[in-house]
Amino acid sequence: MNVAEVETAIARVHHEEWARVVAALTRRFGDLDIAEEAAAEAFATAVERWPADGVPPNPGAWVTTTATRKAIDRIRRENKRDDKQREARMLYDDDPPDPLGAIDDERLRLLFTCCHPALAMETRVALTLRMVGGLTVPEIARAFLVQEATMGQRITRAKAKIKTARIPYRVPSAEDLPARVSGVLAVLFLVFNEGYLATGPDTDPVRHELTAEAIRLTRLVRALLPEDGEVAGLLALMLLIEARRTARVSPSGELVTLDEQDRGAWDAALVAEGHRLVRERLAAGVAPGRYQVLAAINAVHTSARDVRDTDWSQVVALYDQLVRLDPSPIIALNRAIAVAELDGPEVALATVDRLEGTLAGYHAYHATRADLLRRLGRSQESRAAYDKAIELAGNTAETAYLTRRRDQLA
Amino acid sequence: MQYLVSVIDDGTGFATPTEQADIDAFNERLRAAGHWVFAGGLGSPDPATVVDNRGGEAVFTDGPFLESKEYLAGFWIIEAADLDVALKLAAEGSKACNRRIEVRPFL
Repeated sequence: MNVAEVETAIARVHHEEWARVVAALTRRFGDLDIAEEAAAEAFATAVERWPADGVPPNPGAWVTTTATRKAIDRIRRENKRDDKQREARMLYDDDPPDPLGAIDDERLRLLFTCCHPALAMETRVALTLRMVGGLTVPEIARAFLVQEATMGQRITRAKAKIKTARIPYRVPSAEDLPARVSGVLAVLFLVFNEGYLATGPDTDPVRHELTAEAIRLTRLVRALLPEDGEVAGLLALMLLIEARRTARVSPSGELVTLDEQDRGAWDAALVAEGHRLVRERLAAGVAPGRYQVLAAINAVHTSARDVRDTDWSQVVALYDQLVRLDPSPIIALNRAIAVAELDGPEVALATVDRLEGTLAGYHAYHATRADLLRRLGRSQESRAAYDKAIELAGNTAETAYLTRRRDQLA
Repeated sequence: MQYLVSVIDDGTGFATPTEQADIDAFNERLRAAGHWVFAGGLGSPDPATVVDNRGGEAVFTDGPFLESKEYLAGFWIIEAADLDVALKLAAEGSKACNRRIEVRPFL
C-alpha cells in the first residue's frame, strides 16, 4: 500500500469510526473532553504508524484500543482527586452491556448530548460537528466565519458545562424523545442551510463540505432512528435540494432559480433516493411533520422534467398543509410564490404585501415582490424592491442574480 | 448532585395567594419525590447589607451588591440525578411561582 492509499484509508476510517470512538470513550470515562482528545491522538498515531506498519485488519478496533490507552494514560497523568474511582472504572468496566437495538447505539447518546436544549444553538452546532462529525476546530471556525480561538472557547465551555451541570449522556425517555429528536434535526438543518445558503461577501455561494456533512450526519441519524418520519423527511429534503446544487449556480457564479435550471444537470441518483424516501413516508400513512411536507414539495418540483410540467396545485396544497404546521411568515412567503404560478402574480402580490410587517428586513421578501412587480409590468416599483433585496442579500450568487434582474428591467 | 434553583423577579413583588398555593403544592411534590433539600423566599433586595472585612475593619454598605432591575427573590436547593431531571423540576417550579428561574449546579 502506498502513502496515498494509506491516507485514503485513514480518511475513510476517520469518517466511519470517529463518532463511534468518541461515543464509546465518553461512555467508558464519562468525560467528553478526554474522549475527544484521546480519539484525536489515536488518529494522529495512525497517521504516524500506518504508512510503515500497514493498515490494521480491523482499523476501527485498532483506533478504539489506541484511544482507550491514550485516555487511561491521560487520566493516570492527571492524578485527579477522583482518580481512584476512575481507576476502578477503567479496570472493571462493569457497566452492563447495552441491549442491542437501533436506539441504543452509543453515537445516539453522543448526538443527544451535543444537541441538548440547555446549550445555545450555535454551541450545539459546533459541538455536533466536532464530536459527532469529527471536524477539527479550525474547520468549524472557517465554516461559521468566526475566529479559531472563539470557536475553541465555545466548544471548551460547552464541554465544561456538560460536565459541571451534569448534562446526561443518554438517549432521552420515550416521552421526551420527539422534542429532542426535533432539536437534533434543527441542528442538522442549520448546518445544511449554512452550506447551502452560505452568507458573507467572500464566501463561496454553496459550501459543499457543510451540505455533505449535514447529509452524512442525517443518514447516521436515520440509520439509528429508522422509524422516525421526520428524520426520513429531513434526509429526503436535503437530498432533493443537494441534487440541484450544481445547477443552482451558473459558471459565472450567479444564482440560477428553479425555473431556469438545467434539469438534466440534477443528480438523478439523489433525486431518486429522495423520491423513494418521500414515497415511503406517504405509504406509512402517518400525518407528516414539517420536514416531510417540505420534502414532498421538493419532490413535486423534482418530478417535473420541465418547469412547465410542475403540478402547482399540488405545491400550493402542500404549502397549505405546511402553514397549518408552521404558521411562520417565511412559509407564507414561499406559499405565495407558488400561488403566483397557480392564480397569477396579482393575487400573490396581495398576500406578500401583507407580510411586510414581519419580513421587511428579509431579502427574499423584497426579491419576491420585485419579481411579482416585474411580471405585472410595474418596473419602477420592481426596481426599488430589487434595490432593497440586493442591499439585504448576503449570498454572493444571489446578489449577482438580483443585480442582473434589476438591470434587465425596462 | 445538587442544584441551586433561583427565582428571578423584576419587581412583580410578593407571590399572590394563588402563586403561594402552587408553590406549596410544588414543594410537597419535591419532598415526596426526594428532591427537596432546602428552599426560602427572599423578597426584594432592598434591606440587604454588603459586608467587606477583607481590610482591617469590617465595612458595611447599605443595599444589595448588584444594582439591577432583576433580583433573586427566592431559591430552592434540589437534589437531582442530572440536569434533565433538574430542568424538568425547574420548569414545574417556574410555572408554580410564575417567574423565570435559573438553574445552577453546585460544585
